[in-house]
Amino acid sequence: MAKISSFFKSFLLLELLKGMAVTGKHFFAHKVTVQYPDEKTPQSFRFRGLHAQRRYPNGEERCIACKLCEAVCPALAIKIEVAEREDGSRRTTQYDIDLTKCIFCGFCEESCPVDAIVETRVFEYHGEKRGDLYYTKPMLLAVGDKHEAQIAKDRAADAKYR
Amino acid sequence: MAEIKNYTMNFGPQHPAAHGVLRLVLELDGEVVERADPHIGLLHRGTEKLAEHKTFLQSVPYMDRLDYVSMMCNEHAYVMAIEKLAGIEVPLRAQYIRVMFDEITRILNHLLWLGASGIDLGAMTMFFYTFREREDLLDVYEAVSGARMHAAYYRPGGVYRDLPDSMAQYAPSKYHNESAVKRMNENRQGSLLDFLEDFCNRFPACVDEYETLLTDNRIWKQRTVGIGVVTPERALAMGFTGPMLRGSGVEWDLRKKQPYEVYDRVDFDIAVGVEGDCYDRYLVRVEEMRQSNRIIKQCIDWLRKNPGPVITENHKFAPPKREAMKQDMEELIHHFKLFTEGFHVPAGEVYSAVEHPKGEFGIYLVSDGANKPYRMKIRAPGFPHLASLNEMTRGHMLADVVAIIGTQDIVFGEIDR
Repeated sequence: MAKISSFFKSFLLLELLKGMAVTGKHFFAHKVTVQYPDEKTPQSFRFRGLHAQRRYPNGEERCIACKLCEAVCPALAIKIEVAEREDGSRRTTQYDIDLTKCIFCGFCEESCPVDAIVETRVFEYHGEKRGDLYYTKPMLLAVGDKHEAQIAKDRAADAKYR
Repeated sequence: MAEIKNYTMNFGPQHPAAHGVLRLVLELDGEVVERADPHIGLLHRGTEKLAEHKTFLQSVPYMDRLDYVSMMCNEHAYVMAIEKLAGIEVPLRAQYIRVMFDEITRILNHLLWLGASGIDLGAMTMFFYTFREREDLLDVYEAVSGARMHAAYYRPGGVYRDLPDSMAQYAPSKYHNESAVKRMNENRQGSLLDFLEDFCNRFPACVDEYETLLTDNRIWKQRTVGIGVVTPERALAMGFTGPMLRGSGVEWDLRKKQPYEVYDRVDFDIAVGVEGDCYDRYLVRVEEMRQSNRIIKQCIDWLRKNPGPVITENHKFAPPKREAMKQDMEELIHHFKLFTEGFHVPAGEVYSAVEHPKGEFGIYLVSDGANKPYRMKIRAPGFPHLASLNEMTRGHMLADVVAIIGTQDIVFGEIDR
């Protein structure tokens, strides 16, 4: 009996037709493709993308140059220089992140005691020549200023988990 | 009379079926492989040495990059080694979360394997279907950790954050109007666990779909049945683990034999092959996906009912909550100590292994009492598998080498480390 059934199966191409039925069914199913530049896949509020430096609502930069992020960075991508500002507060004179070294682990954000350095949802950035991805303090602050509303919203959403 | 010589050929490192950067020197007698000589090291990044210069916490993200298709399982072996050595208690909820994500990772890995080896052997459609399901699981990865692949989610003492109560949603665009977006967001209304449960309910039908396409397919069978046969004795002698060993009929699974975390509390079966050929290993992996799905479901049920801490409360090892850190001097000191100096692990040595999707992934850790490991050795499952390539391919045709590399599920991140 098994021999007879396998004989018929061998030239009726049953299993191939079943496979064709599956692919044929998907021909008419809803497409899962997302047309990328025009629309995007959902992004979690925990997304770890491009870094940003934040400011307080009054415009004062948050970073107090405690250097925790520099210490914890596994890829040694952060460089900080510190000096006392005229008003006596401790501030960074240099805060650089080399994005070509960075592994986007999020430890800098996790360690920051004042929520100054954050990883934003931005993932579409590029550099055209060597050194373009070496982000300095003004560049990081600019990213923060541009996306502050979204950054604040995401931190608020994640606050209860951290 | 003309002299007949064997032909030596380079396979890779640029060959698409070489799964990354494998360089294989093949000695061919016509189309029959006489000798296969894998050359490795093209993806060597020195992870073991780098770990000696980093605090224990700082090496966690580097574990993701070992076997870059089963990220969280690598982390698991590493954090478990630290926990064993330092004697850190892990909260039960964290153990369940870890088990759940280990199994998600297993499905992710097997889906990639199925798609990639399908493409290797000419089944293009598999790749599209498996990546459709992978997308959902990568969304789960992103929802908990913020990264689709290199999660850095496990921590010594638990996991970083609890599972989120909401999922990100699609937004309308010129390609998808309101009603289409509503349909796409249907399973994203609730929490992460709801989303995952919806996936678990859908997934068995998807696996059935893959099986309809491959399991009985005559082309797939012609390419895999009887190819790369390994006897159970040889499999054990060559140090096989995981689906490679189970495909040969040896019932060995660390999740059952040396249960870690909560694997002794969940119900699942081990899939075992009979013949030890590529086809049996395919069946084993497909069945493993179904079993993983079962485990995830049980974890979801437990996690729903049992809220609680997800990381140890011992702030000598895990940082305190941010709220506490900002209000309490003691906690602030803990925070600063942990992120600069890190924690010290008592002197000693430990081996911790997990049932990684590819086999036994182990971390051997030697500590001299400092805040960095004295030595870390990674036991990559792919390494002994690749080492047996010569034996497995000998006498087969050139095209079967592709099938055998595929069935070994080689990933160079872990082999070259």
